[in-house]
This record gives sequence, structure tokens and C-alpha cells, in this order.
Amino acid sequence: MKRLLIAGVALVALAACSSPSQSASTEQPAESRTLTVFAAASLTESFNALEQTFEQQNPGVDVVLSYGGSSDLAQQIVNGAPADVFAAASDSTMKTVTDAQLTAAAPTIFATNVLQIATAPGNPKGVAAFADLAKPDLKTVVCAPQVPCGAATAKIEQSTGVDIPAVSEEPDVKSVLAKVSTGNADAGLVYVTDVNASKGQVQGVSFPESSAAKTNYPIAVVKNAPQAELAQKWVALVEGQDGANILGAQGFGRP
Amino acid sequence: MLPVLGLFQRAAWARMPELLLSDAALSALRLSLETAAISTGLCILLGGPLAVVLARSAMPGLRTVRSIVLLPLVLPPVVGGLALLFLLGRTGLVGRQLDLWFGLTIPFTTAAVVLAQTFVAMPFLVVSLEGALRTAGRRYESVAATLGASPALAFRRITIPLVLPGLMSGAVLAFARCMGEFGATIAFAGSLQGTTRTLPLLVYQEREVDVDGAVALSLLLVVVAVIVIIVGRPRQLEGLS
Amino acid sequence: MSLDLAVRLDRGSFSLEVAVAAEPGEVLAVLGPNGAGKSTLLGVLSGLLRPDAGHVRVGGRTVTDVEAGVFVPPHRRGVGLLAQQALLFPHMTAAANVAFGPRAHGVPRREAEDRARALLADVLPDVPGLADRRPAQLSGGQQQRVALARAIAPDPELLLLDEPLAALDIDAAPAMRALLRRMIREGKQTAVLVTHSALDALVLADRVVVLGRGRVVEQGPTREVLGRPRSAFTARIAGLDLIPGTWRAGMLHAGDRMVAGMAESVDEGGSAVAVFPPSAVAVHVEEPTGSPRNVLPVRLASIEPRGDVVRLRAAPRPGGPDWLDGLAADVTPAAVADLAVEPGADLWFAVKATEVQVHPA
Repeated sequence: MKRLLIAGVALVALAACSSPSQSASTEQPAESRTLTVFAAASLTESFNALEQTFEQQNPGVDVVLSYGGSSDLAQQIVNGAPADVFAAASDSTMKTVTDAQLTAAAPTIFATNVLQIATAPGNPKGVAAFADLAKPDLKTVVCAPQVPCGAATAKIEQSTGVDIPAVSEEPDVKSVLAKVSTGNADAGLVYVTDVNASKGQVQGVSFPESSAAKTNYPIAVVKNAPQAELAQKWVALVEGQDGANILGAQGFGRP
Repeated sequence: MLPVLGLFQRAAWARMPELLLSDAALSALRLSLETAAISTGLCILLGGPLAVVLARSAMPGLRTVRSIVLLPLVLPPVVGGLALLFLLGRTGLVGRQLDLWFGLTIPFTTAAVVLAQTFVAMPFLVVSLEGALRTAGRRYESVAATLGASPALAFRRITIPLVLPGLMSGAVLAFARCMGEFGATIAFAGSLQGTTRTLPLLVYQEREVDVDGAVALSLLLVVVAVIVIIVGRPRQLEGLS
Repeated sequence: MSLDLAVRLDRGSFSLEVAVAAEPGEVLAVLGPNGAGKSTLLGVLSGLLRPDAGHVRVGGRTVTDVEAGVFVPPHRRGVGLLAQQALLFPHMTAAANVAFGPRAHGVPRREAEDRARALLADVLPDVPGLADRRPAQLSGGQQQRVALARAIAPDPELLLLDEPLAALDIDAAPAMRALLRRMIREGKQTAVLVTHSALDALVLADRVVVLGRGRVVEQGPTREVLGRPRSAFTARIAGLDLIPGTWRAGMLHAGDRMVAGMAESVDEGGSAVAVFPPSAVAVHVEEPTGSPRNVLPVRLASIEPRGDVVRLRAAPRPGGPDWLDGLAADVTPAAVADLAVEPGADLWFAVKATEVQVHPA
């Protein structure tokens, strides 16, 4: 809710700023530029923080962040959305864009994410290990195998031989989180960064097998980006020390 | 019409049989048809008497009741799903008691899908039927009474046949709405093949990996919708066109 | 007594307090202006309205008795209804409509069907295949005939006729009126007929009850009441002008005015009414001098076209007597053009004494 509020305020502020800056741009075109970044929803907290750093380092630049499901964003770029940078939550979704030859250069991996078991605060069912999720009296929700978190789940199930009798395969990781945080599911498999971002609404239980299915976060400058130079700078910021600190604080791993 | 043309143009016709005859697609279609049929039945069972009360009763507070009944019509379905979750979910107002006393949990079951569909589709039936009841009026029932028909007989032989077309078109609209229901289902019932994953949920999920599959399933939904409308021929819709 | 009713009913500012009765086989016409309580009376008879006091007995059976707490619901009263609209059940054939009443009374299907077909053949003998048609395939007049057959099919103790001819076009009304006379009056069906039309009452009713503001203004045999109306209501319905007053020395004294007319067994000093047809009234812009004995100063209230004549309605001039209100004069459109007047103009109504009938009242 709080985040929504901040986003709302930011939008209003954006709207308020945009008209005068446009009139200014006719006098000083170099001073007011807009960088458009398409990023996976799980990057919301990290990229919002990086936006501030970037705008401090590059005065007159306005970073517009468009968050969404990676595959939706990839489809939008393939269909001509005016993005400068694309940061995806899986290799396969980035592949949609590279297959269409719409990246300026080969994508690079800037972060990794691993799964964690989300439970109600206090872990009332005492879930301690990945194998516990196979218990039939435990209501577990997972992502559908078509989406990255579900693919990762399936991979771990395969490598460990644990078969989770999930009560639901949700279309995205936020839906899994919601089922756990509302108490309707006992456990859910989500990314460690989602647990961190939930601000205590769910409790995370790490398990060693998660490293077998690391999810890569690739980033690339979009081909013919309107702001190619700024786009390069953004990628550099994300891959640099500032990026590493902020991403690390959210629970992302380094590639 | 144009967006549907877009779907046709995008469709991978060569792969169509394979895409539509997959286990996932067939089980989603069966689940959708079954749940929509049950939900429509529930809408008639619950919404029918409600429409009669709304059309015929003169008790105070009827406007408020009508507004509440119509709420799902204007509410985003996902909000409806959340509302159901907080009422009937395991930690919900009623759901907690169900769990405590009967060990029943509703989310993640086919019953949850039916509840979600009934919730969003009920207004279509109630509005349609109430309109038909109002149009029919009480004049025919009064005449039947002067001919010696008891209120029950008049209702059965006169009122029901008179409002049957309205009831039918309401049921068709409700069925169509049930078939298309997504938001409330995903929020309240989850998504599991054969249990809660209806066609729209499968479409939403398929488009992540296989756009062709999603388009094929979408066309299937279009076909079902067209059949429903041809079979049911809802009067209201014809009036609009 | 086939019908015996004495009730009081209060609804806000309106109150109905009437007592009427009808012998078996008698047709009672209820006349009166809008708002007189005719529909309320029908509601009380059919059981759609509960009176606040009194009783209703139909065919010797008490169907409403407020004091004794008796209230028989509409469907168990044996009171049928034929309304202005036919209101045939649209989803049933004509035969099924007519058979509905007998079926509701438990008559076996075959028997009800036979009775329905026989009745239909009676009300519409020259329309083959009528029985199997839906109402939508019938004309307005045919629908009303089927509705009549339907209303009498269950053999009601009492049949209510609520302006049964009002919605028919002028071509269909005379035949339906004749049919009603045959089926109701000659068929000895006890009935209450609500109407605006003196003609309907004359043709169909044995007796007339005139209602005004919820009270019985007058009642009696149809010809007597309509031929010698004693209230402005009745006169208006009968299509006649009426002036109330006192009969003294060969003149009707109405306030400080006197009306000359032909008296018929009127007592000296008794109250009486002068009655004349609107067609007997001549209209003048200036006060006329000449043979007409009765010259009334009026103010023109309205001009109403009525077929090939124009009816001028009078109102009293300021300070004038109330009884001038509503007096009518029928003149030709050409005469209206010659007069060149509009409502609000002052006129003179003149009537020859030979056209004026004076009745005791």
C-alpha cells in the first residue's frame, strides 16, 4: 500500500514536472532527456533505488521505469515499444528479444535469484526443508511451470526427486505470495527477493537445493534505443558497485 | 469484431489440432463447461428468488439490496475474488469457522471456482429476470386469480412462462460470463489443471511460453461464446444490435 | 340477493362508503366521474382491496366481513373479471386461455377443453381455427371476445365488467356490446358493470348506481335514473344539462334565478331539477331578446370538439351561482367560428322552455 502511494505521488510529480521541462527542452535539448527502462517486476525495489542514484549522477535525465511480467515486457518490445533498456527475470524471456534481433549487443547477466519457501510469519507448520513440501497435509502453492519461478521449482523437484502435491500453480510469483500471506496456503515457493520485499508478511525458509536452480537476470540495451548512450550508462550502473550493493540488499546474488 | 479478427490472423492453423487436443486444453475446457453450467444453475437457484423479491416486494431497503446485488457487475473481478478470499478463505470471516468446525477449506477447490463464477455472474441473471418480471407485471396474475387460480398456480402456469425468455437470456449471459471468468477465480481458487484451471486461466498461463497455444485457446473461447449466443439468443443483446 | 355489499374504506383523503345490492341475474351499472371510487369498489369486490369496515356477500356467501375477520382471497371468491384490456395469457392458445378457469377449479382437462371450444364457438362463431390461435394472432375485438369467454367459463357467481368496451375501436364496440348483452344480460349472469357511457348502461344494465366522491349519489332502474337525472354527475353522464332548485309557482327557482320548463308531477315547494339536452342550448355574445324564456349569463370554460358538433362548457361568471358550472351547449363548428370567442369570454346560454324537463329531486 505504502509503495503504491509512493508510486502515485511519483506519477503526479512526474506529470507536474514534464510540461515545464518540455518547454525548457526547446532551449536546452541536451539537458532534459528521458531514459525508458523495461524491467521485471521483481526488480521494482532495486531499480527504484537505482533511479535516484542515476538521476543524481546525470542531471536533467528522467528515468521512466516500466515494470511487468518479463514475458509481457518482451512481447511489448517485440511489438515496437520504445524501450531503451530491458532487464528480464529469465534467460528465456530475454531470448524472445534476442531472437527478434532487437538487442544492441549480447545480454549480460547482472544478478541471480534463488527460490525460498515462504510461510506464514512464525512458520506455524514448522517447514524446515524442501522435502517437507511433499507432505500431503501441507497446502503448498507454486508457480506454473510456464513462468520462470515455476520452471525453477520443477527443476529442483526433478533434481531432488521430491514431488510437491501443489494445490495451485499460480500464473506469477506475486499470486503465490498473496496465497501465503492471506493464510490460505501453508507454504509457497517464491524468490528470496519476494520474501524480502514482503516486509514481514511472510517468513522465508532457505534450503540448500535452491542453488541447483538459480534464475539469471539478463540485461541488454535495446537495438536503436532512442537514448543509447544513457542506456549504456544505466547498464553500467546496474552492473557496478552501486548496483551490486542495492541488489544485494534485496537478496539478489551476484552472477 | 476487429480484435477477434486479429486473433484469427495470428492463429497458427497448422498446429491447431495439436494445441486444442492437448490434455491441458481438454481438461480446462471440460472444467470450464462443467463449472459454468453448475454456476449458472446456482445463479438461477439463488438469483431467481432474489429477482422475484426485487421485482415484487415493497419492503423498505430494496434499493440497497439491489445495489449490493449489482455490485459484482461494476467491481473488478479480482476485487471480488479477494473479497471471497477474505470471507471464505482459510483465515476468512466464515472460512475460519468452516475450517475449525468441519475441516473444510474452500480455496484451491473446484467449489471455489464455482463460487467465484456465481459471484460475478449472478447480477446478469438477476437484472435480466427482474426486468422480465417487471415487464410482465402483476396484471396477468390478477386475472388468473379472478379465474380461480391460487397464487402458486398462477406463478407456475402464468408468471414463469411469461418470464421464461428473460430467464433464458439471463442464464445465457450468466453462463457466458462464467466461461470468461478470470480475475475472481485466480484470486480465490488458484490454478491447477483439472481442479481449478479453467480455459481463461490456461490462456493467461500459456501466453507466457507459447503464444500460438494461447491464441488457439482464445479462439476456442470465442467459438464457445458464439455458440452460447446463437443457442441462447439473448433478447437484450439483439435489442442492442 | 346475489350481491350484497356495504363497506367503508379510507385511503388518505379519499374515502369510499357505499352499499349496493343485486338480485341473481341482475346487471348493475356503476357510473361516476374519475375518482368517484368505481375502481376501488371493483377492488373490494374482487378481493384485491380490504375495506376498513363492512361486508361483501356474493351468491349468499360472505367473502369479506371486517368485523367477523372474514376475508376470502381473490381466487376463492367466484368473482370473475373482464377488464378494458383483454389480458389474454400470451403464451397460451385461445382455447387454453378459456379452459384455464375451469382447469383451476379442478375440471378435468377434456371437459374444460370442450367447454372452452363451445364458448369460443359461441362468442366468435365465424372464425374457424380460432381456438388454436395465440392472442397475438387475434384482433383487439377478437381478443376481447375470447376474454369474455374466459371470464364466464368458470361460471362465476358475479362477473365484474371494468369498462369492457373502452379500449375497442368504434367499429368493434357495437358488436361487442351486443355480444355482452346476449351473454350477460340475456344469459342471466349477475354482473357489475363499470362504465362512463350512458349507452352501455342503457343497453346492458338493469339498474344503475351513480357514485360521486365515494358515495352513492343516486341509484335505481337504468331508464329512470338516466332519463331523469337528479345530480349533475348523472346528467353529465347521461349527456344532459341539469339545474337544481325549488319548484314554486310554475317555475324552478335556482337561487335568485328562475327557470321555466315542462314539469312532470312536481310538488309545489319541493326540490326539483331542470334537465335539458346541450343541443337545445343557443349561444349568444350579447344578451338576447326574444322567445327563449331561459337566458343564463355564463363564462366560457372550454371548447371541446365532439364528432360533428362542438361542445361549449360554461362556468359561472364571478359571483355567479355554482350550478352554472359544467353546463354544456352543443353548436356547429360554423357557429363557433361566427361567435369568435375563446375560453374566458362572457356568453349567454338560451334555452326554450319547451326543451326543459323538470323532475322532482
